[in-house]
Amino acid sequence: MGEIKFMKGNEALAEAAIRAGLQAYFGYPITPQSEVIEYLAKEEPKHTYTLLQAESEVSAINMIYGGAGAGARVMTTTSSPGFSLMQEGVSYIACAEIPCLLVNVVRGGPGLGTIQPSQGDYFQAVKGGGHGDYHMIVLGPNSVQEMVDHTFLGFELADKYRCPALILSDGAIGQMMEKVVLPEPVPYKPNKPWATTGKPPDRERNILTSLYIQSEEMEKKNLILQEKYKKIVKNEVRFEEYQTDDAEIVIAAFGLTSRISKKVVDLGREEGIKIGLFRPISLWPFPMNQIAEIASRDCVKFFISVEMNAGQMVEDVRLAVSGKKPVYFYGRMGGIIPTPAEIFNAIKEHIKNQE
Amino acid sequence: MKEGYKLIYKRPKTLLDTRMHYCPGCFHSTIHKLLMEVIDEMGIQEKTVGICPVGCSVFAYDYMDVDMQEAAHGRAAAIATAIKRMLPDRIVFSYQGDGDLAAIGTAETIHACNRGENFSFIFINNGIYGMTGGQMAPTTLEGQKTTTSPYGRDPEKAGPPIKMSEIVSQFERVAYVERVSCNTPANSRKAKRAIRRSFEYQIQGLGTTFVEVASNCPSGWKCTPEESLNWLKERVFPYYPLGVFKEPPKK
Repeated sequence: MGEIKFMKGNEALAEAAIRAGLQAYFGYPITPQSEVIEYLAKEEPKHTYTLLQAESEVSAINMIYGGAGAGARVMTTTSSPGFSLMQEGVSYIACAEIPCLLVNVVRGGPGLGTIQPSQGDYFQAVKGGGHGDYHMIVLGPNSVQEMVDHTFLGFELADKYRCPALILSDGAIGQMMEKVVLPEPVPYKPNKPWATTGKPPDRERNILTSLYIQSEEMEKKNLILQEKYKKIVKNEVRFEEYQTDDAEIVIAAFGLTSRISKKVVDLGREEGIKIGLFRPISLWPFPMNQIAEIASRDCVKFFISVEMNAGQMVEDVRLAVSGKKPVYFYGRMGGIIPTPAEIFNAIKEHIKNQE
Repeated sequence: MKEGYKLIYKRPKTLLDTRMHYCPGCFHSTIHKLLMEVIDEMGIQEKTVGICPVGCSVFAYDYMDVDMQEAAHGRAAAIATAIKRMLPDRIVFSYQGDGDLAAIGTAETIHACNRGENFSFIFINNGIYGMTGGQMAPTTLEGQKTTTSPYGRDPEKAGPPIKMSEIVSQFERVAYVERVSCNTPANSRKAKRAIRRSFEYQIQGLGTTFVEVASNCPSGWKCTPEESLNWLKERVFPYYPLGVFKEPPKK
């Protein structure tokens, strides 16, 4: 049994990290996620983890590289501009196959932007962000409870596949308070024979690198990564469906907008409009096949992707739907959270236009 | 060993028996050897973790038989910080060039030193970007010609060459700073002693240790190895004097 608490998303995530066996946190404060480092700083005396406020996000992500490379369970958290600064390091971490948990509590951009919630970093999270062909496992929580659950899951998947895992949250989920069930702490027993811990006489030296100067070697490394990504696509797709069985209109939404869209489904059903919600939980790997299957149903008239950005996940939904049905988009930007009513109105407009 | 022969010199066992990519006359190979000799003599191969930079020594892990991490350009000090904090009983060193440590990685260098991170910097200052073909470094001397300062470094434009040993010795938690060279056998012995001291102080937990090697680059300087030694004596040492800048108080 866990412990029931009323907590802020960022603090719940920090507490979950401790309970999941966090050994080191390296980060740099940035709104709207500074509660994570503040919480860890306050709790530090009770635990054994290392906490270091780095001089920049650039430094923090490289401390993650070093600490995780030394075999520790490590995490950093940041928000959009900070995550942009980390991208070079993420690319190196992905290539050197170093497991770690990264968290982006997204705020509105581009640029310095706003400190209000946004989903404008979807492309950066799932399409790369850093240079080269790599992926992170990307999880999109839509509640404080999932900030906790995805922390455990993220650490686990990162270790399992030796890759960076990212929680793509947003300023609203990070800041809001909800009831959470915190799991009991789990002892962390790492099995990382590849880690650079000092070379005993009975093994070859361990080297963590992303440098393969010969093209043939670099291609070979890429093929290894791509094999791994295929496995992840096969095994780690996660999603949630709400009233999609008979749905004529399917909302696609992740994170915060998936919760708002659930309300839209209910509003529609009250008026006899059969709306359903498809919610990708793993944003990479993206639930392509599941959306494709829904798109092939006769009852489905159209999809609408609801996001807090200018239309990013909608591109993946279109790829999955592959022309079988129209795919529309509704979004707000700049840190504005759409209301159920405005989403519902947008849907009604599309129904009217289709008739 | 043949009868009648006496072994007076051999490759340190922690230096791998492989062909190096360094140019003829370059000090990197000498410094690698000195570093590995120190590790052998201290018996710390099993406890050592190194970080190599981006620059000519990017392949240092091909030659050093210790666990190593390859850093992004400039980030070795951040990586070393985390490794040492995770594994405080290991000996951690970062091996970095001047572009890495004193240009793109200045923030990481300065803040690691300010925190007194308990690892050793081995800083190779050859006043030029060797790997990318001889561009100006933050440590290129005034008037020195490089491919990006073809008329000589102009301090009005580029500022004067940065003096890292002098800078980092100001930090309270930096325990030991020495600038050495390998232009003579005597200086190579001093360089080795400095590396050893830096590791010993690290083991004692005294704080950051920093060994700067006033190094050379015959290829980048467009001269012979011998001429590079003269340039060191005539031009480099007057600006970058050798010696101890900071050391722990004697007991």
